[in-house]
Amino acid sequence: MGIEVVVEGLTKSFGKQRIWQDVSLTLPAGEVSVMLGPSGTGKTVFLKSLIGLLKPDEGSVLINGVDMVNSPERDIYETRKLFGLMFQDGALFGSMSLFDNIAFPLREHTRKKESEIRRIVMERIEIVGLLGAEGKLPGEISGGMRKRAGLARALVLDPQIILCDEPDSGLDPVRTAYLSQLLIDLNAQLDATMLIVTHNLDIAATVPDNMGMLFRRELVTFGPREVLLTSEEPVVSQFLDGRREGPIGMSEEKDAATLAAEAGIARAAAPPRSIVPQLEPSPGLPPRRAVARRRERVLRMIDQLPSAARTAILRTYAQDAEAPTLPMPAAGSGA
Amino acid sequence: MITGALRQTGRLFTLAAEVARAIFRRPFQFREFVEQFWFVAGVTILPAALVSIPFGAVIALQVGSLTQQLGAQSFTGGASVLAVVQQASPLIVALLIAGAGGSAICADLGSRKIREELDAMEVMGISPVQRLVVPRVLATMAVAVLLNGLVSVVGTLGGYFFNVILQDGTPGAYLSSFSALAQPADLYISELKALVFGFIAGIVAAYRGLNPRGGPKGVGDAVNQSVVITFLLLFFVNMVMTALYLRIVPPKGG
Repeated sequence: MGIEVVVEGLTKSFGKQRIWQDVSLTLPAGEVSVMLGPSGTGKTVFLKSLIGLLKPDEGSVLINGVDMVNSPERDIYETRKLFGLMFQDGALFGSMSLFDNIAFPLREHTRKKESEIRRIVMERIEIVGLLGAEGKLPGEISGGMRKRAGLARALVLDPQIILCDEPDSGLDPVRTAYLSQLLIDLNAQLDATMLIVTHNLDIAATVPDNMGMLFRRELVTFGPREVLLTSEEPVVSQFLDGRREGPIGMSEEKDAATLAAEAGIARAAAPPRSIVPQLEPSPGLPPRRAVARRRERVLRMIDQLPSAARTAILRTYAQDAEAPTLPMPAAGSGA
Repeated sequence: MITGALRQTGRLFTLAAEVARAIFRRPFQFREFVEQFWFVAGVTILPAALVSIPFGAVIALQVGSLTQQLGAQSFTGGASVLAVVQQASPLIVALLIAGAGGSAICADLGSRKIREELDAMEVMGISPVQRLVVPRVLATMAVAVLLNGLVSVVGTLGGYFFNVILQDGTPGAYLSSFSALAQPADLYISELKALVFGFIAGIVAAYRGLNPRGGPKGVGDAVNQSVVITFLLLFFVNMVMTALYLRIVPPKGG
């Protein structure tokens, strides 16, 4: 089973520039979470802070009792072996072939025989659909392939926590859909805690159990996906609808004057957002164990949720005891 | 400005301490060490030999001309050999290691850093200091020590050749003055200097390589700075070590 990640009061600045402050959230064990946010709101910085690559100024990130911010270096290195991180552009070692890249963590951390390593690596290469390219150098393949190779490398040590930094950037919509399915399948197979940082709305709508959003140096909200998907918060609804009208501007924030001018214009009523059903693991795979845990967890906290979210969740669970979330007709939802 | 400089210095020393600690941490990256040793040796041996011949000659000629004017020509051998072994040889070695080996190390680490390869390594729970920096620093140190022997020999031979053939010195006087003035401690300090200079060159190259400022241009700047910083440190440390040596070890001729 995956490991719970507890983030408390995390604050990070670069020099005088505050990136975000007082971010507190819990990634529930084994569940898939998505962190949304406009470009430049420090999503990647947040990811790197979770794993201890960047040192936040305040706060803590607790994993198995180890604080990734303040614990001794040795404990942090040990805890990192539980992680798999998929970098935005793969971050492959340029001087090694894809095979050696993916085999690298195994060779460094395990004493497996070369034949065993070969078996595991080829298995992962097949999962991400790179069979035949294993002898190529990272410089010789496309960005999408590099990304998938990076994912394969993140997976070889059977991580308990998987972090994905914009898995969709540079991929076409079809590949993004495959990748979404792949992430859900991985969750079913590994039961790992997953956090996906993205601004892709399709992934956000179909993959996660939980969703959060970073904006204006703060965590706007984090909770079960229904909370964000039904939210009437201006930032959230603007983002989910991909509109220009709202608090998000070209350079992150709009000034008050622009906002006031916009308020004067009657805006066409946006069609109500429908909640798209969550992806299920591919046929033949075991069911996601996180589904049952999440159901129990969400029903326990249901009284504290906003009413819209509450109705959505209750409708889901009432209609189908097995369904992960709302089994609504997908037609016209655009996902 | 001053605090900035102090901060950089502090970080440099932190890295040096980290490297010193990580040297003894298992597993030792033997393969990487051999590869780096081979590489650094490959780029430095030939230039070192080529530089040391004229350098030995210049010192022999200069010292020879001075001693001739003072009427102490029979001591040319001892004086020029000591100058080559103690001063010229470790410095030549260090300059070449910093210029040829260190700049390559710095560029390599720097480009890995901006491509996030080092981050990826850390995420896998592998310390780049232990995996990459330690073998490189040990390689520069080992090459420096061994190369120092080569340069001393070649420089001394060059000096001998110029003194005996061109300045009409006698081989006997050259050798006897050498054994009258030189002692094993001169060789030890020479090798110790080479070891320390190799360490400095490796650490500075790694430090600048691990912390490039923004993008590919930053890597270029870092390489440039690593060579300049190494040179400054080398000459300063050389001065300190020479002063200490002259204080601590009694001269043989005195």
